[in-house]
Amino acid sequence: MSKYTRRDFVKAAGVATASAIGILGWPIGVQAKTGNRSKVVVIGGGYGGATCAKYIRKLAPGVDVTLVEQNKEFITCPFSNTVIGGIKRIEEITHKYDKLKQRHGVDVIHDLATEIDATKKTVKLKSGKTLGYDKLIVSPGIEFVWNKIAAYDEKASEIFPHAWKAGPQTLLLRRQLEGMKDGGTVIITAPADPYRCPPGPYERACLIANYFKQHKPKSKIIILDAKDKFSKQPLFINGWETLYPKMIDWVSKSAGGTVVRVDTKAKLVENDTGFTYEADVINVIPPHQAGAIAQKAGLADKSGWCPVNQRTFESTLHKDVHVIGDSALAGEMPKSAYAAGSQGKVCAAAVVAELGGLNMPEPSYVNTCYSFVGPEYGISVAAVYRITDKGIAAVKDAGGGSPKDVDDTFRNMEAVYAQGWYDSTVADMFE
Amino acid sequence: MKSCNLNKRLRSCLIGTACAVLLPVIAQADELSRAAMLSYTCAGCHGTNGISPGSIPSIYCKTADTIEKALKEYRDGTRFSTVMGRHVKGYTDDEIQLIAGFFGTYCNEKIGIKK
Ligand SMILES: Cc1cc2nc3c(=O)[nH]c(=O)nc-3n(C[C@H](O)[C@H](O)[C@H](O)COP(=O)(O)OP(=O)(O)OC[C@H]3O[C@@H](n4cnc5c(N)ncnc54)[C@H](O)[C@@H]3O)c2cc1C
Ligand code: HEC
Repeated sequence: MSKYTRRDFVKAAGVATASAIGILGWPIGVQAKTGNRSKVVVIGGGYGGATCAKYIRKLAPGVDVTLVEQNKEFITCPFSNTVIGGIKRIEEITHKYDKLKQRHGVDVIHDLATEIDATKKTVKLKSGKTLGYDKLIVSPGIEFVWNKIAAYDEKASEIFPHAWKAGPQTLLLRRQLEGMKDGGTVIITAPADPYRCPPGPYERACLIANYFKQHKPKSKIIILDAKDKFSKQPLFINGWETLYPKMIDWVSKSAGGTVVRVDTKAKLVENDTGFTYEADVINVIPPHQAGAIAQKAGLADKSGWCPVNQRTFESTLHKDVHVIGDSALAGEMPKSAYAAGSQGKVCAAAVVAELGGLNMPEPSYVNTCYSFVGPEYGISVAAVYRITDKGIAAVKDAGGGSPKDVDDTFRNMEAVYAQGWYDSTVADMFE
Repeated sequence: MKSCNLNKRLRSCLIGTACAVLLPVIAQADELSRAAMLSYTCAGCHGTNGISPGSIPSIYCKTADTIEKALKEYRDGTRFSTVMGRHVKGYTDDEIQLIAGFFGTYCNEKIGIKK
């Protein structure tokens, strides 16, 4: 293993030219353990991981980036509610990794990461391969906490789908809705905070209602909620009253919305006071925690999520391992695709800065979430974040939800921009 | 116009330390700056480097002045918006200038050319 200097790094990484280094006279010292080029491994090719991999290559084309993703194609959770509502086909939310390889030179390996050795700085893959790294980025999304709701385990999810990871589960819920008789009832159970996509359960209710309105108008949707308030609540409730009067019932935590047990044979769920609700289709969104590999590698704390330095996303538990996206404890940022991508870019800058011995610029973070109340009725929430003494915090008096009293044209424009957001964010990760 | 742009870029880079000196030399250097950190966040809606593939307007190949003016008008409510007004309230005048300066340098990124 050769000694590796900042000068070599910066040269190899394409961050700057040797003459410029000369001017600045940077000290020597960074060592790369894996040869002449710094090596970054990213686990998880979703919103956090793919964006981070791409931006590391954009910042420093000389750094080798290997992305480990278990699936050959990425099916987005965003817009999966439109598939459940029969508006889009699953093919329209399925994306390939080709361009990440071809255009950005990211080495994409389709395999499952099974072990992280943070001391030896290696990652083991299911195929038996071992990858060494200088910096590791972990963005595995979420894992469900099975049986926290009694009898709700992976097997039960084949009968009461969660559809909270996009793919076969999305299609299963769609098929159940298609098979349901007119006049049937659907239950959606919404979890307590924190969970991925805070407005997601309510958008789902809207798009199922939109389908029912056209095809099964006598049907009903009950949301059993483990919370007393939810994201964009006044906007959603206003939308429900306008577009789907009397179709959606929301049962808050105080009103008995907390589901503690399921019975897949009797087709019912039970709340914390022993009251049972029966339905034809039951969609259980169980509580979650950081992705399995993060748990296994000891990156999560007692909360089930991963504590990080919120400026660099380096784990506070393991050096040179960064955790981003849903798995990370990222201050006031919600668990969303936009947030995961935003964190991916900050993390990319932190990693390149550290490898190159350069200063990490002051980070900036954003989240926005668009939701469909109907196919032509969009709403959004936005926030800009800064790093503070207490971690990542939203800038006060900025962002917030769509205005309450606006006309149909405004809602329609937001629905059009929701698609625009989707296209841009997917392009920002893969293209 | 050109020198004005460069000025803004330089100012933006000073905050990102080393890159100010490197700026004229190579593209990637000014990517590791406060200006880039602020501007990368826009890409989730406007596409990487401001090149939007969908319904949200592209913002590459606009001058820094045009972008700065638009952002301030959104913030002050003198220009109609669905979301930009809410969003831009999160930035100071200095930050808006850094962002405008950053995007002002991107043009025809698809074929790898910067303004
Ligand atoms: C119904 C629904 C709708 C949503 N709508 C929106 C929306 O409109 N806007 C929004 O901003 N957010 C939305 N979200 C939230 C968004 O999907 C997540 O916040 C986002 O995907 C988080 O990104 P991530 O990188 O943390 O995880 P993911 O995007 O889930 O990516 C994780 C990846 O890691 C892979 N992986 C995991 N473990 C391993 C391993 N050991 N080895 C190899 N690969 C592994 C997985 O296969 C996966 O591809 C929605 C979520 C749901 C459920
Ligand atoms: C939530 C998505 C979103 C984010 C984030 C966002 N924009 Fe926008 N932007 C829009 C939309 C939508 C419009 C059209 C005006 C409107 O309705 O708000 C727009 C319009 C603009 C325009 C005017 C373009 C034109 O041709 O008229 C500029 C300039 C702009 N944005 C710059 C930015 C910058 C710079 C950032 C980052 C600091 C940013 N935007 C972040 C969605 C977004």
